[in-house]
Amino acid sequence: MDQTTSTTGQPAADEPAGAPTPGRALGAPLVELKHVNKHFGALHVLQDIDLTVRRGEVLVVIGPSGSGKSTLCRAINRLETIDDGTITVDGKELPAEGKALAELRAEVGMVFQSFNLFAHKTVLDNVTLGPRKVRGMNKKDAEELARSLLDRVGVGNQAEKMPAQLSGGQQQRVAIARALAMRPKVMLFDEPTSALDPEMVNEVLDAMVALAQEGMTMIVVTHEMGFARKAADRVVFMADGQIVEEAPPEEFFTAPRSERARDFLSKILTH
Amino acid sequence: MNDYLSGLSALWEQYDVLGAFWTNIQLTFWGALFALVLGTLLALMRISPIPSLQWVGTLYVNVFRNTPLTIIMTFMVMGVWTALQINLGSDFSTNFFRLAVVGLAVYHAAFVCESIRSGVNTVPIGQAEAARAIGLSFLPAARLIILPQAFRGAIAPLGNTLIALLKNSTVAAAASVSWETSSTMKTMLEFNANYRWEIFGMFAIGFVVLVIPIGLATTWLSRRLAVKR
Repeated sequence: MDQTTSTTGQPAADEPAGAPTPGRALGAPLVELKHVNKHFGALHVLQDIDLTVRRGEVLVVIGPSGSGKSTLCRAINRLETIDDGTITVDGKELPAEGKALAELRAEVGMVFQSFNLFAHKTVLDNVTLGPRKVRGMNKKDAEELARSLLDRVGVGNQAEKMPAQLSGGQQQRVAIARALAMRPKVMLFDEPTSALDPEMVNEVLDAMVALAQEGMTMIVVTHEMGFARKAADRVVFMADGQIVEEAPPEEFFTAPRSERARDFLSKILTH
Repeated sequence: MNDYLSGLSALWEQYDVLGAFWTNIQLTFWGALFALVLGTLLALMRISPIPSLQWVGTLYVNVFRNTPLTIIMTFMVMGVWTALQINLGSDFSTNFFRLAVVGLAVYHAAFVCESIRSGVNTVPIGQAEAARAIGLSFLPAARLIILPQAFRGAIAPLGNTLIALLKNSTVAAAASVSWETSSTMKTMLEFNANYRWEIFGMFAIGFVVLVIPIGLATTWLSRRLAVKR
């Protein structure tokens, strides 16, 4: 049933305003946020957020800094707690803590702005650690998996190095491989290219586009409009803790409906 | 002059100065070992997400860091052994030695805990977040990711704690370990007041010789093992 909703043009009742681009078959809802609220002290950073991400969908979250987009991304694997509302991943509500939460996090891949590779471990060990210690995979299989993933993101020849010996772009690609090694159902990217030198942005985006084309469900917080246009099914524009607008990327970038989005786009497009 | 030298050498033969230092080295070794284990557990409690464990860790550190070692040592003998009749060894000397080790360990564990916590502060929060994000729960994340980096960042303060522990091992005298250095020195001074400067000097130099390598080694190690970021 869900296979058809996005292509027939007859969205289900809970279909978000900006339906995914036609022609791409999306599955059942995988990540669902309902009435999510969060405060940092007096600041209401997430205001009654409703968002559904379907299996296979690539969602780009865009918005000015302080709009809550990073917090939203981090809340999905509970690196940020929420005050109320519910977040479900593949039908399971996020557990508050403990083993159940760890198990859920293993299913949700996360790529950080500052890479966060384990600084005291080699590239290979960074990637094998999760499969071995969380999934209980043996060393040989884990290394085989890790090497194939490192090859896939183009850093297979760096496997024996320490993270500090790699460029930012290489580190971020290792971080993507590390997350993929857990065979996640969904991948979260929290501004994955914001800390990179300009010449390294593309190598990371290319890896992400490839991932999107393979059908990975992705939630990407980014300002990279090229990536959004090339790979995203839907763009969500956030400002002041609210989802202001949702639309297919082409529509959003060429004809934003809200004043807030027009203002934001004019600022990032002028130069 | 000859009288002076022969008097000195007689002194050296009469008292087992090297044996006294060896006792302090042994006290330090065992004290450091147990303090490291206990201190690591305490640090884990203090950084754990469970408030009651944090509270116990904090309470322990505040009690033992702020109690003079002499009082802890005296308590080990007068309280633990005499009053509670807890024996840690079959003969007197083994018993007193082990009581002193326990006293040294519980006192210095508080300092070890705080050294490790200072090491934890050198590990960026992103390391813990990445560990959690791949599905590691608190203990595996601490064991595999946080503590290995924290220890490397804590080598210098841990070295300072070890130096303090070596010198504080002389307080074992308060736990009736009467054959360790400060007790031996006191006895020597009592019966050989004409050599007081030489006796003081002998023990002072002995400790300096023991401590300097620890300082050099920890500086070298903390540079060599520093985590490159």
